[in-house]
Amino acid sequence: MSDAAIAIRDLHKAFGEQKVLNGVNLRVERGETVAVLGRSGGGKSVLLKLVIRLQRPDSGSVCIAGQEITKLNERQINEVRKKIGFLFQQAALYDSLTVEDNVAFPLKRHTKASGEQQKKRARELLAEVGMDRDVEKLPSEISGGMQKRVGLARALALDPEILLFDEPTAGLDPITAAEIGRLINDLKQKRHMSAIVVTHDVHGAKAYSDRMVLLHKGNIKAEGSFEELQSSKDEFVADFFGYGSRW
Amino acid sequence: MVYLAICVLATVISGTLASSRAQLHFTIPKRLFTSVFEWFGELGMFCSRLFRAALVPPYEFGELLRQCDEIGSKSLPLIALAGAATGVVLSLETRDSLVRFGAKAFLPAVIVFSVIKESGPIITGLIISGRVGAGIGAQLGSMKVTEQVDAMEASAIDPYKFLVATRVLACILMLPLLTLAADFCGIFMGWITNTLAEPVSLRLFLENGFKNALFSDFIPPTLKTTVFGFIIGIISCFQGMRTRGGTEGVGYAATSSVVLSSRFVVLADVVLVRLILTVWG
Repeated sequence: MSDAAIAIRDLHKAFGEQKVLNGVNLRVERGETVAVLGRSGGGKSVLLKLVIRLQRPDSGSVCIAGQEITKLNERQINEVRKKIGFLFQQAALYDSLTVEDNVAFPLKRHTKASGEQQKKRARELLAEVGMDRDVEKLPSEISGGMQKRVGLARALALDPEILLFDEPTAGLDPITAAEIGRLINDLKQKRHMSAIVVTHDVHGAKAYSDRMVLLHKGNIKAEGSFEELQSSKDEFVADFFGYGSRW
Repeated sequence: MVYLAICVLATVISGTLASSRAQLHFTIPKRLFTSVFEWFGELGMFCSRLFRAALVPPYEFGELLRQCDEIGSKSLPLIALAGAATGVVLSLETRDSLVRFGAKAFLPAVIVFSVIKESGPIITGLIISGRVGAGIGAQLGSMKVTEQVDAMEASAIDPYKFLVATRVLACILMLPLLTLAADFCGIFMGWITNTLAEPVSLRLFLENGFKNALFSDFIPPTLKTTVFGFIIGIISCFQGMRTRGGTEGVGYAATSSVVLSSRFVVLADVVLVRLILTVWG
């Protein structure tokens, strides 16, 4: 049981009086992509931040490849973080560094590769996400979709076993959103990584996820395939997937 | 009977009003008191995390050098200008007063002692609070609100080591060097101004100025600026790293970095001058 890529047990998180997560249980197997859906402000992004311990839970446990991470010290958690790639909602690129330097940044810090090797690797990763042309540009000089691609290349820099996506298609036009979706699918086929994708995009998630879970009022309300959830007897679940799929 | 009832009612109502007014009076200072304590508590935790990050290898020498350039070299023109202006003003103002009291011969010593003991260090501290404090506060604040700090942490890079420790250390290292530059420009321009009124050689000016100066007049005031550097670095980084909200939060981080670091630099100056006088006489 313990060798799942990610195992979350009875996770609780509150900000003051506001309970955001209320006993979440979620298991992501190795090589599996799970889409987490839910209403805005429902704690989906918080869940991702707890998985990589950018925030600490009030109670409960998070195991990454069998290792409980909630009680690790800074050095130990950084070793775990090297196994995880995180694509932020707004890409969160370092705005004073060029596209290439953004991708090379984790390589500089965590590998012994020479400057030339780091550059070469960064360009390979950028080519993988279709961003090999504008490598000398600053993040402010490229579009939102391009920033997401660069963010994804940076997330892949340390060859992670797990990828976490926070709204990878939010704020993008349908064509760019579909491209990002295809990219996630390609990565899944090529690298066999485990992933959690937090999204509102029900159709996109249907294309690249193995399983969907619906987070509602701090807990997992339903999980299964798109079709299973759409035909759920629960009115909220059926509404969410029926409504979401119409868009 | 009715009169008695009205009296009792009036007393109860006025008592309630008075107590709610008193409550209101106490609520504001209580909130202020709590927030000040919270701020110092958070600052203490921030410092402990910073020290842990700074002392444990690997060290970020490349970033430290970049910050030394950013804080040191790029502040040099402004510091030189401020030091020079201080020298000119001191020379002009003091000359007039000393001539009146027939003590014109002491002018070089007055300029040298004023500049190296107080004007140079405090002017450097306040100018760096403004230039560097605002820069650090805004930069880290902007990185915080755009999740760049989180992205760094998610990439297994300790932002306290990479962003905070390097900036604080660069401030500590650069402040004494910038103070030396301010001292030099102040004394040199003091001599130029003096020479324009009454020609005197630089050598004679310096000989008269430094005749009674001891190392204890020069070293402690210059080294006290390391404390200013620590204050500027730590407060600006702290304000930047606790930024919340969007552009308004970043603006607040920049402004509060300048205001708080200037305040603490002035306070530290008072304490350190007293301490220096106690230890070195």
